[in-house]
Amino acid sequence: MTEYVVRFLVGGVVVSAFAMLGDVLRPKSFAGLFGAAPSVALATLGIAVYHHGAGYAATQSHSMMAGAIALGVYSVVVCQLLVRARLRAAPATLLSLVVWLIVALGLWVVAGGQA
Amino acid sequence: MTTIRVSSSSLREGRWYEYMIRFVLGGAATVVTGLISSRYGASIGGLFLALPAIFCASATLIEKHEVRRKREAALAGQRRGQEAAALDAAGAAFGALGLLAFAVVFSALVKVSVPAAFTGGSLAWLIVSVAAWYARRKWHSVRRVRNADKGGGCEISR
Repeated sequence: MTEYVVRFLVGGVVVSAFAMLGDVLRPKSFAGLFGAAPSVALATLGIAVYHHGAGYAATQSHSMMAGAIALGVYSVVVCQLLVRARLRAAPATLLSLVVWLIVALGLWVVAGGQA
Repeated sequence: MTTIRVSSSSLREGRWYEYMIRFVLGGAATVVTGLISSRYGASIGGLFLALPAIFCASATLIEKHEVRRKREAALAGQRRGQEAAALDAAGAAFGALGLLAFAVVFSALVKVSVPAAFTGGSLAWLIVSVAAWYARRKWHSVRRVRNADKGGGCEISR
């Protein structure tokens, strides 16, 4: 239980710090880089190294590569939905999560991922 | 070429609950990643280190701020809000390249040295994202100049 409370607090602080950094930077496309900052990764991998060791964190970061490629595809899809389909930000970003999940899991399977 | 600058106006426009939402989403994403890792294994859990959960909140807030700003000027700001969120998404696509670089460097270094893995990974993210963003800006400004030249040529021929 304590581990998950620590996870919540560390994750919240790191994500908020990157988000605020993104808020104050201009132009907006540059600030967008911080929308894909490794905030959750830094918090999670730090806890993973502390609790389970470097091997566990290495396995997580291997799979993270598939997640990162999926994030790139997701961002392009969101951009297209906002500009061409003229969807609002909330439905565009939420609907595109399906694309992220399909691409991430697809790449993971293609790379021969093992649980 | 647009220069990178710091503007605190967005922080002033932000409401306390908007920061609270991001804090809770960030904490929740980290907890969920941990739960998925312990239930289904580190490999599946690793995918969720790049989950765009926070991006959903950030893009929605950017759109909301832009609409609010336009409304205060008695203008309809929905389209402007969508465009601002789209710019943020374009930036996130380059950030994703940086995230990929983070994962590659981290996984290569973590078994050798944990501090080097975190430092190297973070530097790789920063360098690759900024370089990709800069290359795109440069390419766009070159294309704009070429298009302007073409336009000028037409005018002369007319």
